[in-house]
Amino acid sequence: MSTPILELRNVRASYGSIEVLHGVNLTVGRGEVVALLGPNGAGKSTLIKVASGILRPSAGQLMIAGRDATGASANALARAGLCTIPEGRGIFPNLTVRENLLMATYSGHKLSDIEHSTYARFPRLAERRSQLAGTMSGGEQQMLSLARALATDPVILLLDELSMGLAPLIVSELYQQVAAIAAEGVSVLVVEQFARTVLGVADKAVVLAHGKVQAFGKASEIGEDVLASAYLGS
Amino acid sequence: MQELLTFTIIGLSTGAIYAVVASGLVVTYTTSGIFNLAHGATGMLAAFTYWQLRFDWDLPAPLALFITLFILCPLFGLLTERIVMRGLQGTTEVVRLSVTVALFAFMIGLANTVWPSDGSRQAFLKFFEGNTIHVGGINVSWHKVITFGCAIIVAIVLRLLLFRTRMGVAMRAVVDDRSLTELNGGRPNRVAMFAWALSAMLAGLAGILLAGEQQLNIEPLVLLVINAYAAAIIGGLKSLPRTFAGAAVLGLLDAYYLQFSDNSWFPQSFMGFGLSGIRASIPTIVLFVALLVRPQSRLRAGTVRFREENKIPSWKTAVLGAVSLIVVVVGISGMLTRSNTLFLLNGFTLAIVALSLVPLTGYAGQMSLAPLTFAGLGAVAMSKLPGDGNLLSLLAAITIVAIVGAAVALPAIRLSGIYLALSTAAFAVLVTKLIFNQRQTFMSGNISVPILDIPFIDINSPRGRLILSATAFSLLGLGVIAIRRSRLGRRLIALKDSPVAAATLGMNLTQTKLAAFAISAGIAACAGALAGDKVSPQQYDFTQSLPIVLLAVVGGVGTVGGALFGGLLLGGNAVLANAVPSLKNITKIMPGLTGITLGRNPSGATSQISEKFRPLLNRWGIISFSALGGVGIWALDASRIISHWAFFIGGVFWFLAVMPNLIAIVDGTSQRRWWASAIALTGLAVSLGVDWDQAVDSTGKRLLSLILLVAIFGVGTQRVAENAPRIHHSSPDLLGLDVALSPDELDNVERELGVTI
Repeated sequence: MSTPILELRNVRASYGSIEVLHGVNLTVGRGEVVALLGPNGAGKSTLIKVASGILRPSAGQLMIAGRDATGASANALARAGLCTIPEGRGIFPNLTVRENLLMATYSGHKLSDIEHSTYARFPRLAERRSQLAGTMSGGEQQMLSLARALATDPVILLLDELSMGLAPLIVSELYQQVAAIAAEGVSVLVVEQFARTVLGVADKAVVLAHGKVQAFGKASEIGEDVLASAYLGS
Repeated sequence: MQELLTFTIIGLSTGAIYAVVASGLVVTYTTSGIFNLAHGATGMLAAFTYWQLRFDWDLPAPLALFITLFILCPLFGLLTERIVMRGLQGTTEVVRLSVTVALFAFMIGLANTVWPSDGSRQAFLKFFEGNTIHVGGINVSWHKVITFGCAIIVAIVLRLLLFRTRMGVAMRAVVDDRSLTELNGGRPNRVAMFAWALSAMLAGLAGILLAGEQQLNIEPLVLLVINAYAAAIIGGLKSLPRTFAGAAVLGLLDAYYLQFSDNSWFPQSFMGFGLSGIRASIPTIVLFVALLVRPQSRLRAGTVRFREENKIPSWKTAVLGAVSLIVVVVGISGMLTRSNTLFLLNGFTLAIVALSLVPLTGYAGQMSLAPLTFAGLGAVAMSKLPGDGNLLSLLAAITIVAIVGAAVALPAIRLSGIYLALSTAAFAVLVTKLIFNQRQTFMSGNISVPILDIPFIDINSPRGRLILSATAFSLLGLGVIAIRRSRLGRRLIALKDSPVAAATLGMNLTQTKLAAFAISAGIAACAGALAGDKVSPQQYDFTQSLPIVLLAVVGGVGTVGGALFGGLLLGGNAVLANAVPSLKNITKIMPGLTGITLGRNPSGATSQISEKFRPLLNRWGIISFSALGGVGIWALDASRIISHWAFFIGGVFWFLAVMPNLIAIVDGTSQRRWWASAIALTGLAVSLGVDWDQAVDSTGKRLLSLILLVAIFGVGTQRVAENAPRIHHSSPDLLGLDVALSPDELDNVERELGVTI
């Protein structure tokens, strides 16, 4: 097996004196889609923060493509091809759509290329290119944040709660886009509270509860009983 | 008609300068959320630097301009961001604002030091002095044309930069979402440094342009920023086009007022009050109006965790502190020279003013830049009221000013944070210009405030007044602590921590804010009403308020001790400047320097110091021993065995170097404690034994020796005595459940709970 693209080794992370992750191990292989499941407060978003470089782990290692990236800044990781769509809407509400796309050029791609690929995929964003992103609908905003992942050709994509506050129909549309990204060979780590929406797309799944990995395996093998016990704590 | 055109051109060119300053202010506010009160001071420093290069060292103008604007200003901006502002993330608006006040004080001190106003400076020339061009029948100087052109260029460049370049878009992106900017690959720190450099350049440009129009003086250049505040507020601290429009309006208002006020029909007074102060107040009035018509800021929900934290003092601590403060002041007041008594008296007065900020700023989180104004109003009220200084008229004065405080707060109450702070600043400037500077208020420059008349006690001496003010501070301090421990105190804290949560719980935010303002104004009024001497309006000037606000925040505005520390530090600064003339320049910069460190320790200095003394409170034996030591040193002085200097140095040594280490010595292992005691005793013996008056020839050297003694012996004692193994704190949500409690932790828990076996 080749070196995993993203690997967390025994990672502990805390906010102040409160530890949230108590030694988590996780790997995402090349081209894999890994779903990160778990109830509220399990530490999913914290794990994404550690993986994206926003939060420095208090112990353990963050490995990217086999190299130790513990303590690297989020912006350096982003420029190196790690694309993170954070919880909520990953857009700048007071910038126009076009300016939002300009911010994606830190990845090294040209603005014209990014615009071209985005507008081809989401014609609706082309109509709104001079509109403030914050004034668009929730679905359109999420399209814009996904556009960054689609246009900048990342090495790995971290997605945090894509479905938050959106209608089910739009969520399934967005997950089709995620599947499209994965089909291009991009590794994806996707956090989702609603297990069923994501298990159809994922190759593997990790169930996190109380800051520890409770179950790990092929997405199809994560049974209802495992999920139920993780979510309900039986 | 032609006259109108002339004044329009003059107004627009003044407005152009305001616009350049204001745009710099907007740039840093939008990118870092810090409202830079020191912005005008930056321009002032740039103007002086340019003068130095151009007129003193005779460099050609383009070279001097290039060096000032494109090398020194950006460098200054970069360093400001890197050294001072970067540490301020996650602090309250109060701390952020105070840091810029500190920067302000620092820069004025620096300018006063490097370019003392001794009149040796030759004139600051306009660009192309003497050259004019003819526009529409009137002559306009080239300088005005250049000024105007600069504003237009700045407008175009800023517009292009902010909307067309990635750096500009990133500057706006950082405001929206800092961490998302990082996730995009942007570098927020670099963006902020760029913004500060740009802002410093704009301030510098405006400073140089203005210095050409006016004289090269510190004051007008610094206060230039008030005009810029007004323009920036009109632009909502955000929109550059509206900021430019606001600046133009301000410039025109000023010019037209100048024109019309010359006419005979123009009223020169109103209800007996002279209106000569109006012109200078125009920007302030515009600022006030612009603030008041602003849409109410929405209450924002969200979890904001501030870095400041203060413990609530217990009654035992509070009473013990108050009593020992009075005892110490009574004890040492007998041995002070008259001038030092007056300085200490001043320190306590300032401490009371700083105390007025504790409920308002420290508890309720509402920034006020006008504490001294209320003190001034208190002094005026006390002197005008009948009763010649009896307690009733004191109470009446306090009540009147408290009502004024609430009344002033009423229109401003909808504002929060920076807007509120600016409206209090506007109020302070207005009161100074329109009330304090009136002959009706301060006849012939000063008024005498009657001395408080307490039956059977004569306080008609500096010493009596010192003891009175120390007592007043102690009592007011106890009152403030009582407020903190009451229902009102909890409301004030709720107002600071989360206005949204407080409002949803049904708390009346307006009432609570009004109460905070009234209490604060009342306490400040006390400081003025107890002056008991002649006072002048300069004492209560707006610019004098800033160091008090600053030092209160430095000391720790959330605590009574912080207010005392701040007031005494400011008073002590004057003592130092008086005693050691060579240090005068350093003492000018000192308040600024201390404030700049705030970013590292936002809770203030006293919280750090009191951490060291807190353990003592549970040990009556050690407290008694400490007090005994203090009394002993005092007795040595009283019986003339040691000199006053030895008493002072020995006392400070005892307090700072010995007392914090007593517990470690008492609890330490046998061998170490003897060593530690030996070091402490040696230091004490040196402090008390040296014949300071004879052996050391200057006050400065004595103070330096004191600092060295405390540093060497104090730290030495601490290092040797502190050998107890450090308690390892596990994560609290694991402790006792996933991880077994160690014996140390058990001890610690029991001590915290007060269960000692």
